[in-house]
Amino acid sequence: MNEVLGITAAALSLGTPLVIAAAGEVVLERSGVLNIGLEGTMLSSAFAAFYVSHVTGSPWLGVLAAIFVALCVSGLTGLFALGLGADQVVVGTGMNLLCLGATGSLFFTGFARGGELLSVPVVPSTAGRIPVNGLMLFAPLLVLAAWWLLWRTRWGLAVRAAGEDPVSCAAAGHFPLRLRWQALGFAAVCAGMAGAYLSVAQTGSFAENMTAGRGFVVIAAVTFGRWTPLGSAGACLLISAAYGVQYLAKARELPIPPQLFDALPYMLALAVLIGAGRGKAGPAALAQPFEAGR
Amino acid sequence: MTFRNLLILIAGLMAILVLTLLAFRLPVADSLGLLAEGAFGDKFGVHRTIVKATPLLLVALGLILSWRAGMFNVGGDGQLLCGAMASASAYAIFHDLSPPLLQALILVSGILGGAAFALIPAALYARRGVNVVIGTILLNFVAIALMRWAVRGPLQEPSGAIPQSEPLAKAVLFTRLDPQSDLHVGVILPFLFALALYVWLSFTVSGFRLRLVGSNPNAARVARIDVSRTQALALVFSGAFCGLAGAVEYLGVSGYLFDGFSPNFGFLAIPVALLGGLHPIGVLASGVYFGALMAGSKRLEALGAAPSALVFVMQGVGVLGYVALQWVTRPRTREADTA
Repeated sequence: MNEVLGITAAALSLGTPLVIAAAGEVVLERSGVLNIGLEGTMLSSAFAAFYVSHVTGSPWLGVLAAIFVALCVSGLTGLFALGLGADQVVVGTGMNLLCLGATGSLFFTGFARGGELLSVPVVPSTAGRIPVNGLMLFAPLLVLAAWWLLWRTRWGLAVRAAGEDPVSCAAAGHFPLRLRWQALGFAAVCAGMAGAYLSVAQTGSFAENMTAGRGFVVIAAVTFGRWTPLGSAGACLLISAAYGVQYLAKARELPIPPQLFDALPYMLALAVLIGAGRGKAGPAALAQPFEAGR
Repeated sequence: MTFRNLLILIAGLMAILVLTLLAFRLPVADSLGLLAEGAFGDKFGVHRTIVKATPLLLVALGLILSWRAGMFNVGGDGQLLCGAMASASAYAIFHDLSPPLLQALILVSGILGGAAFALIPAALYARRGVNVVIGTILLNFVAIALMRWAVRGPLQEPSGAIPQSEPLAKAVLFTRLDPQSDLHVGVILPFLFALALYVWLSFTVSGFRLRLVGSNPNAARVARIDVSRTQALALVFSGAFCGLAGAVEYLGVSGYLFDGFSPNFGFLAIPVALLGGLHPIGVLASGVYFGALMAGSKRLEALGAAPSALVFVMQGVGVLGYVALQWVTRPRTREADTA
């Protein structure tokens, strides 16, 4: 029983930032944009939340700053990927490197030289076996919002059309680029909160490259969840639960290599893709630039 | 790449370097001096630059091969790790053979390991239409987990105390060209392979097919080229290059495997490949440029800067600048169909 509680607590604590970011990423990918730069967006947000929480003493202001920074970073991504119609993978890679370098430099020059680990105020959290903090509450709300937007609104229908067949979407009187910008905005808010979670909810600090690949994990989870909001959220929780199970396997000295649990979610995601069958593995126009007026 | 674009690119890279230094409030002249000194000041600097550039160049050559065919291989890291693991396995099995033969075997194993790992996303793409970017990202995680398992399990050093593989015997390590520095004989490989790749891409029928498939898949289909098969093969060969990079790092630099064996070479090589204009010869220049930055930036610590972070910034801005340059100089009718 204790172990189940432990795994649940780990799944929630590690999984929340993934769930929040995935809620945005699933809408964005449905609109036809593959945001490889999610990693860098989250990292910049984590730093912004850390910095503002340190300066003002208010973690919630930190969260707001994180969202603002995520919007700026995503704006730059959109400028290149949507405005110039450049390749999304290339732009995302550039953004990741830029954010990794910029946060690393700022943190190094501003904080790391003293040597001691700096703690900043964090959002309030309940005590107990399964602690719940203030930012966790946003996760189910954002997932539901993504679900409602995608499947229950006209806007969501148009967004999905922009991701499947932007030319037809435009012919139907919509503006695929505008829809993609809007989806990018929603995804940025989510990525900002996810990044803030890492610094002002989970750790109360910052470290160079503290996202450590979580942005890519989210992209994997959205794939695993077959581009549905609920499925993606479930995939995120499964991935984070796998980390919890890993500790359990280690503690019980089970004859399973714990690294198997590291790899398992990604292999399952691949299996899902294989099972999906040709042509159904994701939005048809995913990662393909669209130029208006062509 | 035309001569004019090359000039713009060089000017742009210099501008990015200076602007980044300015943005981080570093004294420009002093910093440039320190960078140049660290990268080219003495023979140690030059050797450091070349050794740092070697894995970047090999992975970048692999990326060129697949990207030219319209396959966005972002799984260079996974393929490099699998190449290195295949190399270490070959060493564990055949360690009694004579060193030159063993070295050849290790290199070939690395190439095959990388190619085999790239075969997975390639087959998934060709048979099931699985997006290559997503497939290769997923497999990066699998390879990292495999590496973590291998250095604690089947490939761990005999005493079992540290999570790393058994270090290569001294005779098996690549010969040092200079006993005082890290310059190993493997640094020649990127230059040979760049030349070979250039000749193959530019002057052979199969190289032309690959470029045609990447730049205009519809025309390729009309010419009765099997597009998805060509693209899948390009990805497999791309993995072979990344696997070779893993084997060369193993034989030339570290001599053993460990968790952080690849500091994300798969992504660090993307700016190298792009700024080299996705051209095998152009890549030599951009690879040496970034290798020099990595080798020289260590000196900037004296000025209170975070050296690796500065290089990341310059790589990121370099990629975005390249994208902008592509847009400015784009031909007005261009159709890109990429995986």
